[in-house]
Amino acid sequence: MIDALLSALLALASPERLMYMALGVGIGYAIGVLPALGGLAGLSLVLPFIYGLDQVAALAMLVGLVAVAATADTFSSILMGIPGSSASQATILDGFPMARRGEAARALSASFIASMVGGIVGAVILTGAVLVARPLILALGTAELFMLAVLGLSMVGVLAGRSFAKGLIACGMGLALGTVGAAPATSEYRLDFGTIYLSDGLPLPVLVLGIFALPEIVDLARSGGAISQTAELGRGWLAGLRDTLRHWWLLVRTSAIGSVLGAIPGLGGSVTDWIVYGHAIQTERNGQFGKGDVRGVIAVEASNNAREGGALVPTLFFGIPSSGTMAVFLGGMTLIGLEAGPQLVGNRLDLTYAIIWSLAIANVMGTALCFLTSPLIARLTVIRFGLIAPFMVMVVCFGAFNTSRDLADLVLLLGIGVLGLLMRRYGWPRPPFVVGFVLAQPMETYLYQAVQFHGWSFLLRPGVLAIAALVVAAVALGIRQRRLAEAEEETPRAMETRRAQALFALVPVALFAAVLADSLRHSFLGAVFPATVAAVMLLLSVPVVLRLGFAGHPGGLLHDAEAQPDPQLGGFWTHLGWIAGLVALSALVGFFLANIVFFLAFLRRAARCSWPTALALTAAACALLLVSAHFLVLDFPAGLLQAATDLPWPLR
Amino acid sequence: MSFVTPEGRPGRRDLLLGAAAWGAAGALAPGRAARAQDFAGKTIEWIIPLQVGGGSDTWARFHLPFLSRYLPGHPTIVVRNITGGGGINGTNQFAARARPDGLMILGTTGSIQFPYLLGDPRVRYDYKAWAPVLAGPTGGVLYVRPELGVRGVADFAKLKASPGLKYGSQGPTSLDIVPALAFEVLGLDVQIVFGMQGRGAGRLAFERGETPIDYQTTSAFNAQVMPLVREGKAVPLWSWGALNAEGELTRDPNFPDLPHFAEFATAALGAPPSGPAWEAWRTLFVAGFAAQKFVVLPKETPAAILNAYRSAFARTLADPEYLEKRRTVIGEYDEVTGEACERAYAAATTMNEATREWVRDWLLRRFNHRL
Repeated sequence: MIDALLSALLALASPERLMYMALGVGIGYAIGVLPALGGLAGLSLVLPFIYGLDQVAALAMLVGLVAVAATADTFSSILMGIPGSSASQATILDGFPMARRGEAARALSASFIASMVGGIVGAVILTGAVLVARPLILALGTAELFMLAVLGLSMVGVLAGRSFAKGLIACGMGLALGTVGAAPATSEYRLDFGTIYLSDGLPLPVLVLGIFALPEIVDLARSGGAISQTAELGRGWLAGLRDTLRHWWLLVRTSAIGSVLGAIPGLGGSVTDWIVYGHAIQTERNGQFGKGDVRGVIAVEASNNAREGGALVPTLFFGIPSSGTMAVFLGGMTLIGLEAGPQLVGNRLDLTYAIIWSLAIANVMGTALCFLTSPLIARLTVIRFGLIAPFMVMVVCFGAFNTSRDLADLVLLLGIGVLGLLMRRYGWPRPPFVVGFVLAQPMETYLYQAVQFHGWSFLLRPGVLAIAALVVAAVALGIRQRRLAEAEEETPRAMETRRAQALFALVPVALFAAVLADSLRHSFLGAVFPATVAAVMLLLSVPVVLRLGFAGHPGGLLHDAEAQPDPQLGGFWTHLGWIAGLVALSALVGFFLANIVFFLAFLRRAARCSWPTALALTAAACALLLVSAHFLVLDFPAGLLQAATDLPWPLR
Repeated sequence: MSFVTPEGRPGRRDLLLGAAAWGAAGALAPGRAARAQDFAGKTIEWIIPLQVGGGSDTWARFHLPFLSRYLPGHPTIVVRNITGGGGINGTNQFAARARPDGLMILGTTGSIQFPYLLGDPRVRYDYKAWAPVLAGPTGGVLYVRPELGVRGVADFAKLKASPGLKYGSQGPTSLDIVPALAFEVLGLDVQIVFGMQGRGAGRLAFERGETPIDYQTTSAFNAQVMPLVREGKAVPLWSWGALNAEGELTRDPNFPDLPHFAEFATAALGAPPSGPAWEAWRTLFVAGFAAQKFVVLPKETPAAILNAYRSAFARTLADPEYLEKRRTVIGEYDEVTGEACERAYAAATTMNEATREWVRDWLLRRFNHRL
């Protein structure tokens, strides 16, 4: 084994192969820095070019790209509060508050070191997996996978924030929206309104961008200044390093959890960071999580790099991709003449180890690249936000429609964005919403399959009982944590808007009612999961509406971040109006033209730029858009104009 | 006067003269009409209505360099993935947008043929409006766990009597309808469990012991299941088979020692299979396996362009590099163009009305699935 490891390293060490790895690292970096685009987009980008490459070089490039995208996507999570990809959502919860406090440098430095360590731990675990992965993965059946989804769901307890009831209902909304589309057991289309778009279910990247990124952009645009409230980067690079060293045990734990969860096929990688984040809250003392605790950043970033190493286990050993990124990776392997599976690992151990070495080396390369460039990129946080806002809107829209390449992506983005904005204003926690959404499908699928395979006695399988014990422990830790958090202050004068708050609480009620009504149309197997979720959630959410509307002392339920608006700020709806305008105009003339109009109008009216500045920035935006769209072979969402006439790219 | 520019490249005048010469040659030699088509400087879009990195995408990307090499003028070709509705969305878009200029082509696969054949209301495309220029077959092998004690068709009674047969399926109208119909033909009582994310997940369920019966397409079978067969953890029973030039079902060239499904069924049932289930199986087997992948253009595309594609694929199929590298992507199956392709296309895209109605009714009866 040592022999194979060393010879793989030697094989990799040729200048040509290292060059391809560096190329992959470079592309992964660029894609990672752009908000909302992750390794998946990066791999799609290089796939056309790998045919005919030397196998080791091609693998080094692909692995390098994936590894670095997970490090570099931290930039937008921390600096702008936009999830760098749907795999690093939880980073924003603590990273972004740090950046606003002027601690961007510290947060970035901690996250890069954590990413690197996580990536290397992932590579080490992958090495060990060569010996033991098969039996371990085969030990996890559908019953155990269902319980792991329940474990993920149990994190809602600590992610709920001030009001546990609101947290549960937010999670229920996620679960309910997660059941839109084909039912796993019967392929019936639920709540699809006869459209192909909804029959596939709601796309996760759009949902994540809408719920987290849009409200953040609106908020920043209102406040008018720069992202960093202190208008400085802070020195902090060394502080971040020290933070990471001080919390080494958390780092090791989260790396291990990340790579193990990543290695389990079928759980969906996007829930890993929430489980890890929940774990950090449950186990770390005196946490200021959600308000800029560096441990939140360290935990999530270590785990999402470690996860890529873990995700390679089922991909290489079983030929089963555990994420969208890995599916493309697998396609790339086929193109260079490799078939993943026991034969590859058995007969071509050299290639397996070359992949592992690439993972480790690329993580180091990527971290170096991120450190070198971060002083430059971190400057974004001290630029007047009015100049950055249109770019952020543009890249968020781009990231959203890159998923299905449909105008409906933009409409959904806007709709979820409004929901996110109001949820934040009225104190409904958003992480449980995402957790519920991500877990809806695996929960329903594995529950149904486990019952089909084992009957209800699946609940007594040893693996299920073991994970159930973990769930109980997680809930207990969560309860302890909640007691500590309950002491939080109430928002003053929140009583004044109680009617609006009660009205907003009708939104989940309406959603659950719609899901319940729709489920009546379906067969038992197609309806039982959404109907159960909706019924339980109705029982929970109707009293919340009533208490908000009529109770004498609704207490912790009441919350309105706008109860005492700062007169310096712009209107609550103004900036959302800009985004809505962009979406509406896209529906008329297509995204590309609409974006030009949006840029000029926003820069002139809202940001009060001079014409030369506005034109220059708009031109830059168009160039960025065109280059990305060209390489991703992508048409912009079309509007009525495109339906009526035949225009050349990029206008069509 | 020189026809050559300082860079040594032919000047515009040369090109005009050359074009005139080509035109004349084309007019004089009608047999070489295809040559008159020139894609130089053009970009061709190859629409793949499925995910990047999936089987169809990989297949298209594998073909890409060859197609670019052999189409006149060496055009740039890009794969454009338009996903949604399991392939229906992108195919609908191709049907609405493609013009008869040879600049947009579509790669279809079994899961796009199926909704068309079964009359899915979301389908807005018609295979009759297209002309195929390449057809690609694949195959698959069905295998069981050794604990069933079934070594081959001789043990069919034992297989039929086995309690708790389960099969992990991707959905009632997915490619997994072919094994489901095979069980129906054989009269096997197999519980179909849906919700598998890809055949890989089905195989994992088999390896875990959750399902005792499973199938994989040829390349996955060779890479993933053959090691299990060697370790005695899986027993292959039949291959789906392949179609010969006369359109008859024969043994799969990749598995010459394994009976094809009709052989197995004949031996198991004591007579050649017949009836609506068999008719349905046969049509969907052709559309899903024997002629799974097609490259199509709008039918009204000029013959010169269609022929340019046909000859480009014909030259690809004879390219030693293609033959050497096709194994991981296509397997040892012969893709075809020209007449054989037309025949396969007709077989894979027509289902008689009675069979269609029977399948729709069967889906409702068996799985409570309404199309």
